[in-house]
Amino acid sequence: MKIRVAHLYPDYLNIYADRGNMAVLSQRAAWRGIELEYRPVGVAEAIQVGEDDLVYVGGGQDREQALIAPDLAARAPELEAAVEGGAAVLAVCGGYQLLGHFYRDRSGAELPGAGVFDLHTVAGERRMIGDVLLECEIEPGERRTLAGFENHAGRTILGPVAEPLGRVVSGFGNDGESGFEGCRRGRAIGTYLHGPLLPRNPWLADWLLAQAVAHRSGDVPDLEPLPDELEAQAHTVAAGRAHTRGGRFG
Amino acid sequence: MNASGSAARPYTRSVRLHVEIELARLAGRLSRLAARGGGTTIPGKILAAIDPGAIAKLAARLPLGCALVSATNGKTTTSAMVAEILGRRVRLAHNRAGANLVSGVASTLIDAQQADLGLFEVDEGAFPEIARRTRPRAVCLANLFRDQLDRYGELELIAERWRVAVSGLDPAATAVVNADDPLIANLARGRQHVVRFGLDDATVARERLPHAADSKYCVDCGTPYAYESAYMGHLGAYRCPACGNARPKLDVSAREIALDGLEGSSFTLFAPEGSARVRLALPGLYNVYNALAAASLSLALGGGLDEVADGLGRFQAAFGRFERIRVGERTALLLLIKNPAGANEAVRTLLEGDRPAVALIALNDEVADGRDVSWIWDVDFEPLADCLERLVVTGSRAHELALRFKYGGLDPAQITVEPRLEPALDRALELVPPGGQLPVLPTYTAMLALRRVAADRGLVRPYWEAA
Repeated sequence: MKIRVAHLYPDYLNIYADRGNMAVLSQRAAWRGIELEYRPVGVAEAIQVGEDDLVYVGGGQDREQALIAPDLAARAPELEAAVEGGAAVLAVCGGYQLLGHFYRDRSGAELPGAGVFDLHTVAGERRMIGDVLLECEIEPGERRTLAGFENHAGRTILGPVAEPLGRVVSGFGNDGESGFEGCRRGRAIGTYLHGPLLPRNPWLADWLLAQAVAHRSGDVPDLEPLPDELEAQAHTVAAGRAHTRGGRFG
Repeated sequence: MNASGSAARPYTRSVRLHVEIELARLAGRLSRLAARGGGTTIPGKILAAIDPGAIAKLAARLPLGCALVSATNGKTTTSAMVAEILGRRVRLAHNRAGANLVSGVASTLIDAQQADLGLFEVDEGAFPEIARRTRPRAVCLANLFRDQLDRYGELELIAERWRVAVSGLDPAATAVVNADDPLIANLARGRQHVVRFGLDDATVARERLPHAADSKYCVDCGTPYAYESAYMGHLGAYRCPACGNARPKLDVSAREIALDGLEGSSFTLFAPEGSARVRLALPGLYNVYNALAAASLSLALGGGLDEVADGLGRFQAAFGRFERIRVGERTALLLLIKNPAGANEAVRTLLEGDRPAVALIALNDEVADGRDVSWIWDVDFEPLADCLERLVVTGSRAHELALRFKYGGLDPAQITVEPRLEPALDRALELVPPGGQLPVLPTYTAMLALRRVAADRGLVRPYWEAA
């Protein structure tokens, strides 16, 4: 079995150690005998709809995000086709914001988004920085937690058809007040959580891998469990951080 | 400060300041007695609370004025080098223990009232305020790398605050800037007194920019820079192929650079004053940068070329920065790591010596370390992982480090996780044969804690006493 991963703009959007997420996906695939073919996708290079099983978009500094935003927005049709065709997506922080309808900065200027998720983001006065713990139910009846770190000035407001990724247990989340974090649309996930996200939340890495395999083969596989003691301990420590010092407005 | 106002009531003013200073000093001594660390910031905090203008008054008393050093990486070492160069001739007020916020600068001024020259390393975020208060005659700005995004925010933001601060300096002040860093080189545009330093030796350049390099897009038009030589992170000889923005001409440069493994390094210093061969007991290209920054600032402050070369030749590592500590029959080699660019250089330098089979890495997540630990994934640890047989990880986020190496290719069976620092140090030392050396790569608070362990065992002096 072979799956293909397209990583959008790794030269521009790599601020929160996005390569950690990539390392986790590729190792956990390899340990199951799945070959992961990794392909960086730069400005003006195309995503291959139907061929790319997982699309990854990371976060960048404001300047880098502004440099690639027009190119990303122009991809709206190909991204929409990929998501409608069942490709998995993971978008983190800036990448998450830019997959919404638009991002409006403090001066009122708008960066266009690709519109994969029904949401928009408006820059706020204070940055929301700190550890976060979420409770999610991506598969019905399977409650899981995600532990990560958030650092964003943007307030993300979900539109009427958007489904949040999870409920905030500790931390700020999308906007610091709704109690929601991230967005989920089928096999596409957007979130502010970095840390990076996947090493200490291996269940989500495995879920994404399974969705990518399903996009390729048609069936969601049962991936064999891996020894995840270190991952579980790192998750426990990070979750504890969120409880004791997760973000909240004073 | 209003000069005529202070002349009107000189006596009462100086008495008041004197009383304030004594109160603040007493608090610092109490802090040390209470074993709460070096008490290096307590007097300054108290003084700032009872008289926010005191730091400006104390700085204004220095006959030779003040010089500030700021950078993401190397500010402690660079300012310690300047102190070694100038300190034999000039009495310095120098925050050598690394207390580099407003309170630390104030405490240093309190403790060194007989000093002639203020020499302060300053935190990147605190630079604008400290520059406003101390009115420096020279500033040395050496580099900006991504660092503790949870604390400092984005690079562009810091650079913009620095640009405003530099434009607010006294017009007669000298800006000493690293021309190899595009963000820094452009801060000094249009100023009258500028010293631009950089490396000029293609033989020590890297083949390409490292992973996650910053500031690699033109500051004027956003096009990726073309690098003739990339030296460290995004530092190098760059040119924008679209608009022509390029590294400016160097006033002070390092040529004929020789890196001698872990033993040291040397280079020829070229300056308007002439040239001199400089031999450093410190290894690695990043220490050549530190030495070049220190040389440029010292020359700008009136130092002589021989004085610079001699001072750099005498210089020994600042605490925790390539510091060797004897522990029985073994040696611990401390290399502070705090962000991807600095950690990459530490790893690169370490591997230039005998490749280590055992290492201890310590990751804490206090404010001074950065609460967001994601940066460890941007460090190129893989070359180190490739030669290690055993790795001990420690600190409050030891498990994250273990994951970094597990997914970087090290078998978990080779990794020992011991979050408590002291047992981890002993465990790692036991894995090194007698006569051997253990590389220890700690984050900031872990480094201080490990030095405290060594100090309690009588192996080193506390950091606030170490030169």
